[in-house]
Amino acid sequence: MSAVDLSAVPPRRMRTSQSVITRVVIYGLLIFFAMIYLVPLIVMVMTSLKPLDEVTGGNMFALPKSPSFASWIRAWGEASIGVSDTAGISGYFMNSIKMVVPAVLISTLLGALNGYVLTKWRFPGHKLVFGMMLFACFIPFQSVIIPMAVILGLLGRIGNQLIDATGVSFGFGNPTVNLVLCHVVYGLGFTTLFFRNYYEAFPTELVKAAMIDGADFFQIFRRVLLPNSMPIIIVTVIYQFTNIWNDFLFGSTFAAGDQSPMTVALNNLVNTSTGVVEYNVNMAAAIIAAAPTLFVYVVAGRYFVRGLMAGAVKG
Amino acid sequence: MVFLEIKRLRKRFGTLEVLKGIDLSLEKGGFLVLIGPSGCGKSTLLGTIAGLESISAGEIRIEGQQINDLHPSKRDIAMVFQSYALYPNMTVAENMAFGMEMRGVPKAEREKAVAEVAKTLQLEHLLKRRPSQLSGGQRQRVAMGRALVRKPRVFLFDEPLSNLDAKLRVDMRVEIKRLHQRTGATIVYVTHDQIEAMTLATQIAVLKDGELQQVGTPHEIYNSPANLFVADFMGSPSMNLLEGSVSRSNGAALVVIERTGYDPITFPVPSGANVETLAEGAKVIFGIRPEAVNDLESADAKSRSITTFTSQVEIVEPAGSDTFVVTSIAGKEVTARMRAECDIRVGQSHVFAMNLDKAVLFDPITTHRI
Repeated sequence: MSAVDLSAVPPRRMRTSQSVITRVVIYGLLIFFAMIYLVPLIVMVMTSLKPLDEVTGGNMFALPKSPSFASWIRAWGEASIGVSDTAGISGYFMNSIKMVVPAVLISTLLGALNGYVLTKWRFPGHKLVFGMMLFACFIPFQSVIIPMAVILGLLGRIGNQLIDATGVSFGFGNPTVNLVLCHVVYGLGFTTLFFRNYYEAFPTELVKAAMIDGADFFQIFRRVLLPNSMPIIIVTVIYQFTNIWNDFLFGSTFAAGDQSPMTVALNNLVNTSTGVVEYNVNMAAAIIAAAPTLFVYVVAGRYFVRGLMAGAVKG
Repeated sequence: MVFLEIKRLRKRFGTLEVLKGIDLSLEKGGFLVLIGPSGCGKSTLLGTIAGLESISAGEIRIEGQQINDLHPSKRDIAMVFQSYALYPNMTVAENMAFGMEMRGVPKAEREKAVAEVAKTLQLEHLLKRRPSQLSGGQRQRVAMGRALVRKPRVFLFDEPLSNLDAKLRVDMRVEIKRLHQRTGATIVYVTHDQIEAMTLATQIAVLKDGELQQVGTPHEIYNSPANLFVADFMGSPSMNLLEGSVSRSNGAALVVIERTGYDPITFPVPSGANVETLAEGAKVIFGIRPEAVNDLESADAKSRSITTFTSQVEIVEPAGSDTFVVTSIAGKEVTARMRAECDIRVGQSHVFAMNLDKAVLFDPITTHRI
């Protein structure tokens, strides 16, 4: 940083009225922009609590006359989704959970393992490997769809052969397993980046001490590295959870019908072209779809900020 | 009996050779201090003994067993790191027991060993705490406890005191010395602090640029440095080094130090030097420790050979226990260590007495001691 010429700054007169005005302006602006950000959510919540005639006939910003969770119940268990027989979004919500949880856990664990090897067990060419993994972060979803389809097709054929031979597919060709695989592979670049940078600042002397103490490769990882990685684990889990939960492209491409994740189901619900558009049900479904990511942010959000800052300043 | 033996050890990083053929040996219960300036290879040498660094050539033996290619955990060594390297997620007790846990020692036995060491190091009240709740000195003691608890054959210390403040460092130094005396452990200790080296070691190895300069007892290193580097590196304030030449008359060899504005200082070749090798007119570097330069009245009465010179006092540094007086001879600074209560002022001419029994001569070309 260059030196600041102090003489160029006029001495500030501390006047209370001036500082009060400054405060009012600052808080006024903050509240104003907070409102702007909150309006969509408020409209969604209010609409979801109104009956349909009140939605179509009334003002968007009017408070519901008699709030009811009827459309929430309809969205969860009764609404028809596209052409599928399944009623409500509950099944798709569970599909998403079944996809997100393993995908987040596996990609975070593998990212941690990669970061550990790339910083503490360096091998010739480790920079190249890391560079290529970083490159994976810049590949857009769209460009991997066709190669991914080819691979998933191959896995599907293996699954069919396994069924012929043993009667069980061992998960090959299962849409949820396929999506987990897509997200793990795609997320690996990011999780590796997070953990490598965190472990780069992790004291190597601890690893050496554990080596002398007789801990092996995985014992050092499990007993020394992982217990001291909480901030970066939280960051990675939030990042991966949000990305995978919100993904639409992979979900709509590689899963169909009853196997679709939540995002695809929401789209199918909202885009139904038959009958009346039930805005209140759509809004309720949209809030349900967004709830898990909101929940993760609220619960782990403070760690997220801490984690992003971790290692920035020593001490 | 040789306990730890290092033979012709070499270590290369690519084309850069950081250890150039090190030969060292240490008896059981010995305390070897590796000392040298930054980048001399002393920490790398310790790392090779620990097995954290591979070696390029040579061999390392403990009790006659070659350990070159053994994994660090199989060498039966323990190491205390500069940063202490305590596991932040474990309590003090867990930290100390971790090594035994990894080796499959039963829980009861582990607890007994930890309790024993904790008692010796006065750590009992800290066993349930985590490293972040400890002070620097306490962390240091836990790090030593973690090493002690396994009763290894060799202890390795990597600059263990350099993160402590000055007072604590002195306390811990005494504690390490006491520990060594009580347990009779074999220790290899890396430091760049020559007071630590002098006070702790039974053997000092001085390294520079990956080469051993001298190995010997603290007394040998201090009083008979093998070359100019060792003479200059060890001791604080460092040894006074003056250029002179040899003059032979009637079979006696004299050292002459020319001065501008004063008579040359002439005195017999110090008793430690090998007179036969010195030709008439040969250039030498004369070295004398500050404590061997004194007042006439407080010069060592037992000394067999004293020479005096008069010079102007340039700086007076009272250090409490002593007063350091700086003067200059032929443009070179000379520090004298005087009594604390000596009455010397800047600018005055003073008679200094040099105790030649403690003086050494060096060859200016080879830098070796003559």
